[in-house]
Amino acid sequence: MAESAAEPARARPRPLSLTWLGVAPFMLFALMFLIVPATLLMVGAFQDPQGNFTLQNIANLNQPTIIRAYRTSIAISAASAFGGALIGFLIAYAVALGRVPRWIRPTMMTFSGVASNFAGVPLAFAFMATLGRTGLVTALLTSIFGFNIYRYGFNLLSFGGLTLTYLYFQIPLMILIMTPAIDGLKREWREASAILGASSWQYWRMVAFPILWPSLLGAFLLLFANAFGAIATAYALTGSSLNIITILLFAQIRGDVLHDPNLGYALALGMILITGLSNGAYIWLRSRSERWMR
Amino acid sequence: MKRPAIGPWITIIIGAIYFLVPLVATFEFSLRMKRGEYSFEAYRVVFGDPNFQASFTYSAVIAIAAILVGVLLVVPTAYVVQLKLPRLRPLVEFITLLPLVIPAIVLVFGYIRMYNSSSWIPLTNSARGTDFLLTCAYVTLALPYMYRAVDTGLRAIDIRTLTEAAQSLGSSWPRILFQVILPNVRVAVLSGAFLTFAIVIGEFTMASLLNRPAFGPYLQLVGANRAYEPAALAIIAFIITWACMGLIQLFGGGRRSDTRR
Repeated sequence: MAESAAEPARARPRPLSLTWLGVAPFMLFALMFLIVPATLLMVGAFQDPQGNFTLQNIANLNQPTIIRAYRTSIAISAASAFGGALIGFLIAYAVALGRVPRWIRPTMMTFSGVASNFAGVPLAFAFMATLGRTGLVTALLTSIFGFNIYRYGFNLLSFGGLTLTYLYFQIPLMILIMTPAIDGLKREWREASAILGASSWQYWRMVAFPILWPSLLGAFLLLFANAFGAIATAYALTGSSLNIITILLFAQIRGDVLHDPNLGYALALGMILITGLSNGAYIWLRSRSERWMR
Repeated sequence: MKRPAIGPWITIIIGAIYFLVPLVATFEFSLRMKRGEYSFEAYRVVFGDPNFQASFTYSAVIAIAAILVGVLLVVPTAYVVQLKLPRLRPLVEFITLLPLVIPAIVLVFGYIRMYNSSSWIPLTNSARGTDFLLTCAYVTLALPYMYRAVDTGLRAIDIRTLTEAAQSLGSSWPRILFQVILPNVRVAVLSGAFLTFAIVIGEFTMASLLNRPAFGPYLQLVGANRAYEPAALAIIAFIITWACMGLIQLFGGGRRSDTRR
């Protein structure tokens, strides 16, 4: 009897050690591979090579090459996020509410899961084989319609080409995010507005859209950050010929092309700020939209 | 009331064309290696390339290591946070979302600064050390998906009852975690694992900047120097991604988290 009473007493400290064991490695990992490395870069952005505090690195960001790189990156990310959000929303709407055969929805969702993860170098290969100078679609357009897109200013290795390529993972990502949100629109809302005499347009403008807009804007921001941090596709497609911020940073890490390591840290700081703002706003908007989606 | 749905059809057809044409074109291109006829020559060349085999094996091994480390790291944490420390949830969730906020290229830049040969922990001094660093980098990349998958899996089962039942039968904590909880969330763990594999197998930026002979840098190199092999590799990569997603659906009914990089 005495022994069995002692059992739980001896076992008592163990849950504590489990709690500790469960969380401590995770926190240590987060410190070592997320928080400290990112902090080191941010600190480095405010240091000169001797380690003294300075704002010179931030001021040095104001060079034509760097400004242009940020600007092109933002433009490509915004364009592909806008296009992806618009087209992805339309497809999600068509799949969720558009009276199409039932098999289309799971097919589209599965495909979106695959395509949103089909990024990086292979995606660049696929678009080179499609719309590159010797790509199938380029060749077909030339031989059938006599229309050489490259003679009319199209270039896969440019702003437009890269945006078109990025859409291949942006649209599916939007479909994955928006289909559940559109499902969250309750039928009662539509019926109620129809009973009150609202047209379909009025329903969308005054009921559905105000409910969906946090999801829509949030998804746009997520897509933006998604494209902004991407590099592999652009690098495989254009080499280092396209001046976007990730490719510039890549070259800086490889060979210090800016001839100033601390300027590289400032470059990284700028990227963290942009993706941080855009993701932060996404998370905030998502928590807003979830109120309606219960 | 029932109008024929023309608009949705047009949308879906245009979307399907945009999605399918690059795949068809890439496949067609990959068959053109021999002049004047379609053949699988490009695939034969790719599969016969020792660098393909070596880099793919290397990336697969790193991916599996990253999955193991990720599972060992995430399952106890998610379990403890749900069962005992719900106050930590916002902090832990914030941490798991950080890899989506900090771009991969910035993270690896931080690693190079933190673990370079003249630092306190000079991991990049040796090949093994760098392999370890790359594994941890991939665990970080996959953290948002792995955590989300496991957390959702744990919510779907009654971990409190399972834990109490196992405790009252005298199970030790490791036993509860690995023989009671883990088998019950294996579907979630597997979907996290396959997603990790799909993300990691062709990853380019981190592997390239850490100078490891992984599949992503190999792909880039072939792309810069060859004509038909890249198309074949794109098809192979697409099939691998498809297989990973298909296995997730097969095991778990295909629910996927909406946030990804």
